[in-house]
Amino acid sequence: MEPAGFITDILIPALSQGLVVTLQLIVLSAPFGLLLGIGISLGRQYGGKTLSNFCKLYVIFIKGCPLLLLLFILYFGLPSIGITLTAFAASVIGFILCNAAYNSEYIRGAILSVKDGQTIAAQALGMTKWQVIREVILPQALRRAIPGLSNEFIYLIKYSSLAYMLTVIELSGAGKLVATKYFAYNEVFIAVGIVYLALVTFTTVAVHYLEKRVAVPGMIH
Amino acid sequence: MTDDAFVLRVEDIHKKFGTNEVLKGVSFNVRKGETIVFIGPSGTGKSTLLRCINQLTIPEKGRVWLHDDEVTNSGPKISYFRQKIGMVFQNFYLFDHLTAVRNVEIALLKVKKMDPESARRKALHELEQVGMKDWADHYPAELSGGQAQRVSIARALAMDPEVILFDEPTSALDPELTREVLEVMKKLAKSGMTMLVVSHEMGFAASVANQIIFMENGNIVEQGPPDALLYDPSYVRTRKFVGQFADLTQRKD
Repeated sequence: MEPAGFITDILIPALSQGLVVTLQLIVLSAPFGLLLGIGISLGRQYGGKTLSNFCKLYVIFIKGCPLLLLLFILYFGLPSIGITLTAFAASVIGFILCNAAYNSEYIRGAILSVKDGQTIAAQALGMTKWQVIREVILPQALRRAIPGLSNEFIYLIKYSSLAYMLTVIELSGAGKLVATKYFAYNEVFIAVGIVYLALVTFTTVAVHYLEKRVAVPGMIH
Repeated sequence: MTDDAFVLRVEDIHKKFGTNEVLKGVSFNVRKGETIVFIGPSGTGKSTLLRCINQLTIPEKGRVWLHDDEVTNSGPKISYFRQKIGMVFQNFYLFDHLTAVRNVEIALLKVKKMDPESARRKALHELEQVGMKDWADHYPAELSGGQAQRVSIARALAMDPEVILFDEPTSALDPELTREVLEVMKKLAKSGMTMLVVSHEMGFAASVANQIIFMENGNIVEQGPPDALLYDPSYVRTRKFVGQFADLTQRKD
């Protein structure tokens, strides 16, 4: 039996600390994952042959590599070639690399769905290729990609727990430590699960709000 | 060498898609304020010709001049020429994510680097010209085809072009909407805008064009003022083609 005050004195403080780390991992990974994802999709779609193929290979490589393996390479493998990362940094980089690859696929699909004619019309107005991409294609593609991107963000929330395998004491890790110490597996893991559920639910609601805010009549759904 | 009377000169344009030779050496000149209507069977290179003029399609051979400046082979300066040569498309191609007024002002802001206030004022002015000012805040999906086409004309006008290319501007519209777009185009022609129009609207050609060019198989078969070309063509082929529209182009005496 766990001691009195277990929840208030031990569980909540431990999980709160873990939650802060989880949030840090997510907040640092997601924006760069999105930016890199946009970059890869643009490189693949509009880059020269070399860049385009490089982006394609990158996506194939990341898709085919278990995230845990990628994290191990970053954290345990890189020091042998002189690059030493903290566990936290290795986790964030791994999450960005993974998140970006999948994001790029959603964005690429959305880019392809923007009607060709608009590109032609924009060029006919004197826009450069980059202006066409920035002013016409991306604003539409990103709107269309929101459902996919938010899905990927939700995955990120959950796979951020893999950072524990690199000794980062995030939410899951903090739970695991408390659970083992007090033999309170069910209580602790259910509590941890509820926190993840809350994060994901919050995200879902926020995305729904975002979608409504940027909705354009006739463009989405 | 140069003739200032011509705004636009098109010289010996050739274009192939694969082995299909779409344009086989097309040349013509455009005077300021002139409306030239291109007619002819579908697939004879009329739309391709328009796209070769502003280099949306790059011709294999031939040159295009805007006044004394060469539009073909102009490198990055093509952006300048495209501002001077506006274009209106069959399917409007409005930017789906922008309201009507944003559609008109976006190139003013990004290409002409106009300040937001002047750009908005200019955009609203152009929308007013085409009778769409009340629809400024509506998105393309909320507009009828005729309204969308009028916005796209405003978008082209906003750049202060010297010439506007119309690529079958009414082919996607029903007769009623066609009429509202043609009204705008007539008004434009009367105001002195130089216009090149690919169209099957013979009534429009008859009443507005200064010159009609009949094209077939990538060549200009015949060209001349409407009176000659529609009512007394020199070539059998032209006669056969315009004859199909005889009821539309009847002269009302």
